[in-house]
Amino acid sequence: MQQTEVFSQRINKALANHQARLSLRDTMDRLKLKRLQQFPDKQHLDELRHQAKSIRQKALNHLPDLLEQLEKKLTENGIKVHWAEAPEQANSIIHEILNKAGAKSVVKGKSMVSEEIDMNAYLEQRGIEVIESDLGEFIIQLAHEPPSHIIMPAIHKNARDVAKLFHQHFPELAYTEDVNELTLSARKILRDRFANADAGISGVNFAVAETGTLCLVENEGNGRLSTTTPDIHIAITGIEKVIEKLEDLPPLLNILPKTATGQPVTTYVNMISSPRKAHEKDGPRQVHLVLLDNTRSDIHSSEDFIDTLRCIRCGSCINHCPVYVQVGGHAYGSTYPGPIGTVLEPQRIGLQQMGNLTSACTLCGACAEVCPVQIPLPSLINQLRAESISTQFSDSRISGKGSLRKRSEALAWKLWSVTYAQPWLYGIFRWTATRLRFLAPSRLGGWTKYRTSPKPAAKTLHELARQQGFDNE
Amino acid sequence: MSKPQDIYFFGTCLIDLLYPKAGLAGMQLIQREGVNVIYPQNQACCGQPAFNSGYREQARDVARALFNCFPKDIPLVVPSGSCAGMIKLHWPELFKNKPEETAVKRLADQTYELTQFLTDVLDIKLEDLGQPVKVAIHTSCAARREMQAAEPIEKLVDQLNHVEKLEPHNKEECCGFGGTFAVKQADISGAMVEDKTRYLKDTGAELVLSQDCGCLMNIGGAFEKQGNSPATKHIAEFLWERTHAAD
Repeated sequence: MQQTEVFSQRINKALANHQARLSLRDTMDRLKLKRLQQFPDKQHLDELRHQAKSIRQKALNHLPDLLEQLEKKLTENGIKVHWAEAPEQANSIIHEILNKAGAKSVVKGKSMVSEEIDMNAYLEQRGIEVIESDLGEFIIQLAHEPPSHIIMPAIHKNARDVAKLFHQHFPELAYTEDVNELTLSARKILRDRFANADAGISGVNFAVAETGTLCLVENEGNGRLSTTTPDIHIAITGIEKVIEKLEDLPPLLNILPKTATGQPVTTYVNMISSPRKAHEKDGPRQVHLVLLDNTRSDIHSSEDFIDTLRCIRCGSCINHCPVYVQVGGHAYGSTYPGPIGTVLEPQRIGLQQMGNLTSACTLCGACAEVCPVQIPLPSLINQLRAESISTQFSDSRISGKGSLRKRSEALAWKLWSVTYAQPWLYGIFRWTATRLRFLAPSRLGGWTKYRTSPKPAAKTLHELARQQGFDNE
Repeated sequence: MSKPQDIYFFGTCLIDLLYPKAGLAGMQLIQREGVNVIYPQNQACCGQPAFNSGYREQARDVARALFNCFPKDIPLVVPSGSCAGMIKLHWPELFKNKPEETAVKRLADQTYELTQFLTDVLDIKLEDLGQPVKVAIHTSCAARREMQAAEPIEKLVDQLNHVEKLEPHNKEECCGFGGTFAVKQADISGAMVEDKTRYLKDTGAELVLSQDCGCLMNIGGAFEKQGNSPATKHIAEFLWERTHAAD
């Protein structure tokens, strides 16, 4: 119950910020257009999506085997593999690696899984400094805010916001709202951190089981610096990110940047296959991979919800969501916002706490239409609505099933179904509604705040059809 | 599919009570093409409101009552993208492992959204008898994405010589209706319909057309509240009025 209020308060706050909404709308319109320009041929796009889906689905179909193979190959390559069932465990593994090496400062490339486990706070509480090296992440770290988008974490900030933040944190720099100058300043500040960091932490886009390769795509070079400059590199990712073969990679690397940001390729594609070898002059001396479950194997076990795990975190569903563009990422109050967040968070955290996210969706289908791996997001959202009010559905292990059921609402739907399933009862209802239409209310809660109320017609279609002599059977 | 002799017409509950003229116009357009239109008087609702709210049992009860109205093996035509989508895509899911499963699938396979039926099956030819008018089209999300019927409404309007069609910004974006969404998330819905109505007004259209009365209720209601706005009309009513010689 409390969650409902908190969610609605966050929504109202977001809707009241007209400036932020205008700038988010501009950005999303631009991103949608850029994506479209990458796919001039719709049929070709559908083929690419189908191919990407098949690759991801194939990996999920053999997930346990592929994970075993991945561990074996990575170990052969000299990369140490760690398994974490829950966030706390992942954090403590990472802390232990850093602690053992006496590492006090960390540079981090962008990683949503590290957000999922709230890693920065965990390490900082234990005296380890974590610097975000992705420009967007760097900005929101200065602002002490969580990401508002999974690939553009500071999308809610404009140049002026960033200028103020930089001026506040780095008073030695001249105040400027020039985007290029701001970027150069960040670059200068971060270079120094890269050179002096004891360890680098990154995410992983795809982990190739066949070869034991960790693939990481990025645009700023911060991923490459985080994973090659410090002596220790720790990668963290979800267990679902594994793919079977190296040849599965190119189709995914092709569709990911096009659909995510409308770029033909990312500026950097990092293929990490081992720590520094004896004859090599640079690279980290230790490479670790932390594989996090955090309810993913529960999701994997459900025939109804396994599709969720195909996600390659491109953010395209978010960019095309007509609700997200109005409220922005922070309104969701979750690590992952938008359509994928609405599907993932109730499964990850439970329906009681996150089930209400599913109410912020019109089931318009824009997300599923652009998803590069064809996740049926609206169907999953609709099914989660069913799970949140009933314990009878599906094979899923989601927690909080039926927890959002309200007796008044359940009764209203029961009355509705009795009326509409009995032709004679529905007949009385429609006769009354049309004959007493002058009694129709002119105010209908939130509906009439923005619209006039609908008025029943003088005669129903049933009557018109009968009068015009249309056959009844 | 070739032109059938008979079809079932499901008018939808929204049209039944609020926009009956749109339903009648749809039936008349089909009848004029020499197809016998059957309107079962026992029909009510496809179950979509409950289905989209998570109440699947209740949705199934209502859907079953409607399903029983269509015993013959003939096409079903629906003047709404979302109700057609409910029957075509979600009924098979709703009746999975139920006794009606096979029969429901057979019906789903021959369920058409109205504009889709007029163009793809009947290959209707329209002669425009109306005055010049500027229109903008709002394709409903379900018509576009569930029924793959974004094109037919365009093709139909393109056949009318005196109609100028204007293109709104972000045409493919949802208007914010979403059934109970408009009540449960009234303020997000309100923000969405504000954007949608602005894009439509910016075209300079006098009239906004759609295949779905849910969208029309939302957009039309917002226009009316805002005042000084375009009129709204269901595509069937518009087509019938412009191509039907007054008696």
